[in-house]
Amino acid sequence: MRTHLLNRVLSNDLPRSRWLALLLLAILLGLAFAPFIFPGVKALSVAAKILVFIVLVASFDLLLGYTGIVSFAHTMFFGIGAYGIAIASVHTGATWGSLGLGFVLSLLLTLLLSLAIGLFSLRVRAIFFAMITLAVAAAFQTLASQLSEWTGGEDGLSFKLPALLSPSTEFSQEPLWGVALDGRLLCYYLLFTAALLQFLMLLRVVNSPFGRVLQAIRENEFRAEAIGYRVVVYRTLSSVLSALFACVAGAMLAIWLRYNGPDTSLSFEIMMDVLLIVVIGGMGTVYGAAVGAVLFLVAQSYLQDLLRLASDASQAWPAVSALLSPDRWLLWLGLLFVLSVYYFPTGVVGRLRSWAALRNATAQKAANVP
Amino acid sequence: MKGLNFSAIDTRPLWLVPVLALVALPAVGSLDTWLTLTVAGLAMGMIIFIMASGLTLVFGLMDVLNFGHGVFIALGAFVATSVLGGMGDWTHSRELWRNLLAVLAAMGVAMAVASAVGLAFERFIVRPVYGQHLKQILITMGGMIIGEELIKVIWGPLQIALPLPEAMRGSLIWGEASIEKYRLMAVVVGLCVFVLQAWTLSQTKVGLLIRAGVQDREMVEALGYKIRRLFVGVFVVGSGLAGLGGVMWGLYQQNVTPQMGAQVNVLIFIVIIMGGLGSTGGALIGALLVGLMANYTGFLMPKLALFSNIALMAAVLLWRPQGVYPVANR
Repeated sequence: MRTHLLNRVLSNDLPRSRWLALLLLAILLGLAFAPFIFPGVKALSVAAKILVFIVLVASFDLLLGYTGIVSFAHTMFFGIGAYGIAIASVHTGATWGSLGLGFVLSLLLTLLLSLAIGLFSLRVRAIFFAMITLAVAAAFQTLASQLSEWTGGEDGLSFKLPALLSPSTEFSQEPLWGVALDGRLLCYYLLFTAALLQFLMLLRVVNSPFGRVLQAIRENEFRAEAIGYRVVVYRTLSSVLSALFACVAGAMLAIWLRYNGPDTSLSFEIMMDVLLIVVIGGMGTVYGAAVGAVLFLVAQSYLQDLLRLASDASQAWPAVSALLSPDRWLLWLGLLFVLSVYYFPTGVVGRLRSWAALRNATAQKAANVP
Repeated sequence: MKGLNFSAIDTRPLWLVPVLALVALPAVGSLDTWLTLTVAGLAMGMIIFIMASGLTLVFGLMDVLNFGHGVFIALGAFVATSVLGGMGDWTHSRELWRNLLAVLAAMGVAMAVASAVGLAFERFIVRPVYGQHLKQILITMGGMIIGEELIKVIWGPLQIALPLPEAMRGSLIWGEASIEKYRLMAVVVGLCVFVLQAWTLSQTKVGLLIRAGVQDREMVEALGYKIRRLFVGVFVVGSGLAGLGGVMWGLYQQNVTPQMGAQVNVLIFIVIIMGGLGSTGGALIGALLVGLMANYTGFLMPKLALFSNIALMAAVLLWRPQGVYPVANR
């Protein structure tokens, strides 16, 4: 009975590997109790960023891993969500109404924009989509920094949230297990719930008949069309859906940071991060997004310090020191990215699953021997 | 001319360029400003064409879309800063021939370096994922990031000025319109590259093989030609041309940044989609359209410059979904 329930919640897409199940459980519990297990402002920020990125990356994987098309405009929709919250809060005040207004309007804009891009560029060839999204995202980024009356330009927008979510709201005098019960904590759990729900929704989408069609298109577009599925329609729906999730992720980020600017949500570096996380975690698995996001963000937040140490230690050789400088973080990311696409295309989740499958097969063979 | 049958060329797309220029005339208002903008747009278009032609041929030949093409552009421009910086006596001279020699030297070195890096890029980045579109996009994008960061390691992350040599500065005044000398020069160089390329493609055996390969790769292979080798050659030449374009773009903008490759890449993609992936003639038309559009809207509505090019692309694709000159089998 219990496995039945678990099956329902996970949409019949169980981890299928003992280690992966343990890893996911650890991530779930770690994020659920992050404020209590990892005290400190930085740790909580990392945890919140992980929550946002799980949604962002899982929604990108719907496109890249399940449908087999590459979009470079995913951060554009991420940015639209973040700017929606920020602009509405700045211009109409720190109320729940303005949050809702910004959220709904940004979702609407995302819907229209992604529908337009999808219908336009997926009609012809999938490879157009990659190029056209790149162009549109670049244009949007320029536009966002130029419309400074609205977006605050390069400086971005700082804004206030409704009082309930602000750190100065205390729900109880007594801290619980050493953690103050304030609006910040509530905000974290709001993000946590939103991320968990969206994660399960995405799991449902990719394991639905719709998701199966997407995978069929990924494997063989021509055959899917021949069976009678309108490839353009499915691809467009998939890109719209993934854009909407990205938009929600952007709203989550803005709510957490109470700030938004081009570098926090629109920059191409974030797009690169998302690509890398998808590849590390494993393309074509929603779980990969969770595993990859945790690995990547923890590394990003703490390994950069390590890089700084290495750079300082190698002062004697200026060339090496320049290569190891934390400012060149992206160089190492790029190398890691290329190497993982070559040698590690199924990512962590794919590896764990194929190991488990191999072990099961050997065990079965051993059992069959009389 | 042997091999070039003009009656077979579809002339309708050729009209797009003058039509766009004429449509812009009433919007700009003054004839002199319009002339200045048009020359600037044609110059920009020719530079973009130099950079885009290699990319579109690489795609046409082997179905490889190189998202890292921008690296060669930035590389060429940065090499030019070093070469021109080192030839201070020649660039500060007021004699045109010394300036020209310095610029030619910069172009030569930039092309050589970009070609060499292109060879390595093809071997290590493109070849292992040959035939897999998805991985190709990802890997070449990764290659782009790595290249950009390496440029930052070598030349520093900041913008570097790339001033024009003395004698090439200034403009020719013609009535009220001022036409910068360098822009005229860019048009001339671009035309030279186009003519040379068109001649190679239409009159030589290598060109014949390249065109045949774009049309039907398997058939050319079946006739016993090694299309792989041809492809590597085209890739290297395309990278070199990107390097050349980078030098010219840097001199056009008078400064270079490590991010310029990624920025120009966006324009190039618009160009080759508009022209029809694989078609050099289409790339020329697309590049001229993009150059003109960028200059007209840069003057009329600066904030929408990039969007206007995307709108232009959308309009062209609504007319011809495969680009102005669709390539067979693609």
